[in-house]
Amino acid sequence: MRGVARLVGFHLPLGAFLLFLLFPFYWMLVTALKPNRDLYNLSLNPLWTWSPTLDHLHRLLWDTHFLLWTRNTLGISLGATALSLATGLLAAYAIGRLRFRGSGLLGIAIFLTYLVPPVILFVPLSRIVSALGLWDRPAALVLTYPTFLVPFCVWLLLGYFRTIPQELEDCARVDGASRFQVMRYVTFPLALPGILSCLIFAFTLSWNEYLYALVFLSSTDQKTVPVGLATELVTGDVFQWGPLMAGALLGSVPVALVYSLFVEHYVAALTGALKE
Amino acid sequence: MEAGLPHAARGRAARLGALVESREVLGWALVTPALALLLVFLAYPFLLGLWLSLTDSRIADPGRFVGLENFRYLVGDAVFRLAVFNTLLYAGVAVALKFVLGFALALLVNRQFWGKRFVRAAMLLPWIVPTSLSALVFYWIYDSQFSVLTWALRALGLVSRPINYLGDPDLARASLIAANVWRGVPFFAIGLLAGLQTVPRELYEAAQMDGAGRWAQFRFVTWPLVLPVSVVVTVFSTIMTVGDFQLIWIVTKGGPANATHLFGTLAYQRAIQGGFLGEGAAVAVFVLPVLVACVALAYRTLRRED
Repeated sequence: MRGVARLVGFHLPLGAFLLFLLFPFYWMLVTALKPNRDLYNLSLNPLWTWSPTLDHLHRLLWDTHFLLWTRNTLGISLGATALSLATGLLAAYAIGRLRFRGSGLLGIAIFLTYLVPPVILFVPLSRIVSALGLWDRPAALVLTYPTFLVPFCVWLLLGYFRTIPQELEDCARVDGASRFQVMRYVTFPLALPGILSCLIFAFTLSWNEYLYALVFLSSTDQKTVPVGLATELVTGDVFQWGPLMAGALLGSVPVALVYSLFVEHYVAALTGALKE
Repeated sequence: MEAGLPHAARGRAARLGALVESREVLGWALVTPALALLLVFLAYPFLLGLWLSLTDSRIADPGRFVGLENFRYLVGDAVFRLAVFNTLLYAGVAVALKFVLGFALALLVNRQFWGKRFVRAAMLLPWIVPTSLSALVFYWIYDSQFSVLTWALRALGLVSRPINYLGDPDLARASLIAANVWRGVPFFAIGLLAGLQTVPRELYEAAQMDGAGRWAQFRFVTWPLVLPVSVVVTVFSTIMTVGDFQLIWIVTKGGPANATHLFGTLAYQRAIQGGFLGEGAAVAVFVLPVLVACVALAYRTLRRED
């Protein structure tokens, strides 16, 4: 009896949730591997294929700019992440640790900037980007992604710095360490889990970004994976569902990989940011 | 070693050292790079957006100040009014569904069971993968001819003809809401789960001793304790849902007949595609009241909790 109750009250709903949340990934995979004669044949069961093929993958990699887009996205994501983490780390240390005049206000201001969604900014930003001569150049994204990455990093790191006892820094200071040495040898190493969380989050957010990449980059060979797939492979009414799903699959792999390696850090970053 | 330095240089080094040791100077020096980035690419465009919304500027033309002309025009524009309705419907329904489903999932995963680590990692996947790419999958799932959804409904004997998910205004809205819910449920679930895990087990035991049933335990123990994190998650999600762009743009481009335009897609269409920067900026400005209302509401709720 208890078993039945547990089945109805727990396993069935959990199973339904997992089906709902994971089915699109399965559908992506099956479509990517299914030959065209099966893909557009309504009399077959669409959930399976007996003749999997790598044709779609082959077409994606050699007949489209997918590899170039991947390289672009990787470069932009690494650049934006490095810039955001470097500036965010220093700012978070200053605001959380040095407590100079105005630091509290600055912390609140940076938190508020985190709430400004990109849809409010992309129209005026397009004008700034072109005025700076960055139109259709990767630098446009490396410089604009920090607008949502820096506030996130600062906010998350402030929480981490708060967990490191001030006494540790004071001891090092008494022993004659300069402020830079304290940062370099005491505080930053202790905040390493937080730094790693920022790194992962910033990288995946940059990799996934769509709006700015769509607006600021226009030529085919400059595009990122999210924009390239959605604009260059969706061509009129002739849908290339096979290559498109292969691209969606491959484009998700880097973030899924980073995520699976650091699940705990990722969850910590997400929940840590929420609890502040 | 220092003795070898010229006197003036040594003096400069000492002064520099003293400056670095000062909280004020070092503090401002360390925040400057981040602050510069945010001022140039966030604060300035924010203000520029407000200014542009008061001008008739085009892509290559700075334009003139026209006061509230853009807003006056938009209020009378049927497409914009439809976009306001769409945004409220989309955000209202999607956030409510995400909250309810996310809470249910969080309660399920908060138990102890075999495979919990796997489930917790797997359930976040929709949130992790690029939304533009999962939007493409939904585009394919909602295909008018080869939809797997239609196939399943047919196999169950529920429908007999193909369904044109994205061709009918109401169906298109429902389809997009479903895709948005799919992506957002994990965020709610993981946030609320973090909240649930902070509830001390003793409180439930105490409530049980006082004779509280499962509902009473939820109502008087769980709910009040996860309320703060609920508010934060909901506010975040509301802002992001109101400001959604990529899912809509990839799946329907605001169609059919403008039935799924949100502020973001309409602003993109008018400003970037149409070249009317002023008008597009004015559309985007309408996200602002939602933002302010959300933050104010969250602030008040959390304040009362403290």
